[in-house]
Amino acid sequence: MLLLNASGCLDALAAPAVARTLDAFVTKTVTPEPREGSPPVRIAETDHGLLNAIGLQNPGRERFLAAVLPEVVRTLARPVWVSVGGFSAGDYAETCARLEGRAGVAAVELNLSCPNVDAAPASAAEIVAACRAATALPLYAKLSPATWDVAETARAVEAAGADGLSLVNTIRGLALDASLRPRLARAVGGYSGPALKPIALAAVYACRRVTKLPIVGMGGIQNGRDVLEFLAAGATHVALGTVLFADPEAPRRIRDELAGERLEEVFCSAHGAVALSGNQGLRVR
Amino acid sequence: MRRERRSVVAVERLGPYALLRVDRGGLEPGVPGQFFMLEAPGRLLPRAFSLCLAPPGELAFLVDPVGPGTRALAALEPGEAIAILGPLGRGFRLDVARPLLVGGGIGVAPLPYLSEALGRPPALLGFRSARHAEAAVLVPNAQVVIDPVLVTDVLPGGRDVLACGPEPMLEAVRAAAPGAQLAWEAPMACGYGACYGCVVEVDGALRRLCVEGPVLSCSS
Repeated sequence: MLLLNASGCLDALAAPAVARTLDAFVTKTVTPEPREGSPPVRIAETDHGLLNAIGLQNPGRERFLAAVLPEVVRTLARPVWVSVGGFSAGDYAETCARLEGRAGVAAVELNLSCPNVDAAPASAAEIVAACRAATALPLYAKLSPATWDVAETARAVEAAGADGLSLVNTIRGLALDASLRPRLARAVGGYSGPALKPIALAAVYACRRVTKLPIVGMGGIQNGRDVLEFLAAGATHVALGTVLFADPEAPRRIRDELAGERLEEVFCSAHGAVALSGNQGLRVR
Repeated sequence: MRRERRSVVAVERLGPYALLRVDRGGLEPGVPGQFFMLEAPGRLLPRAFSLCLAPPGELAFLVDPVGPGTRALAALEPGEAIAILGPLGRGFRLDVARPLLVGGGIGVAPLPYLSEALGRPPALLGFRSARHAEAAVLVPNAQVVIDPVLVTDVLPGGRDVLACGPEPMLEAVRAAAPGAQLAWEAPMACGYGACYGCVVEVDGALRRLCVEGPVLSCSS
């Protein structure tokens, strides 16, 4: 099992010591052109989660490749997964092609589901197919839970050549203030945190029933027990998102909590759940 | 950047505000204007507070209990512990010749510690009511104005202004005192550059407050 960060939930250059506590670092999504992101207010805490509308703020592909990525690789000395976004299949494929052969890049995560920008008109499978043709790097498709049948999308991206799944992205939400106005400038944002966990677990579970691809499970993980739940539902790896905002020491703490769990008992139940969902390959390193 | 669980020493009432005093432990107080993320009991995310005072062995934060997180912090009892991360961000530059501290409402929070660092220079504080103005006792050499009088109504010229307060006040101070150092505020999720949530728009550009600020020079 690898412990990662969820894309956009950690800046390796602002907090390299935190990024080094992960097995691999996932970058903030890079798009072909620079994006200033959404106007403020961008975040709002609710009773059970966090709503954000950052709007894929990033320096764009050219500056990312020339300056940001080399510095991240040099600073971390850790495998780096690059989160790739775009507005057409060609956008994604071009970035993938440009990542080919870059030192330190261990995988590409295709952000097919940012809730704060309009989706690419191409289907997830078309984007994956275009990227597959452009690179030999491992391709992880990051999917939204906001679909009637996420397993169907999982099957489609696997057929198109994906090497793994990242489950899940945030889900759209709206929070209003005391005077009933939206708390975010963009009104609607991506909802994360503990409220997302059951939704994410259901997506992992559903996808594990239809594929043997590695799955990075994420959504509301707060502690070691949550990690075990994701593994039991069928995740291969896990990623931390919102919890990093509250506790930059979460990766170390969660590893300690995992070490303290009664693994044998959990593994019995985990294997039960895994057997149910058809996962043959549960391993914890 | 360091994170420790620290014990509450006392919570003192100052008008509607609460001065939360915690045991300092291994945390550094940092530069005036820098901030700390305080765990808000029962909430998902911590809350950002600039350091208000650094008495020996303690750190003190001024809390305006306006939401569920700040109310939980103001309701802490001595002996209870919360996680504290900091100091974070960029504080005030202290190389100023004729400092004048300007604060509005809860924006007076960083001024007591700043005042100490600058040798108790004059200060100008604005509050919305006499009850809110009780917090003025924290700032030495302070002139206090109460709404409808605004700090910018009585702001003298020829001073190096260091200000913290609501955005309209900062904009007005900026217009009256070009070159002022302004401490801005925005909702923050993490405080250490991870979330990209805390941008403010200054001169048409979005600035990430937790890493570029919270103190921004307006001449830049």
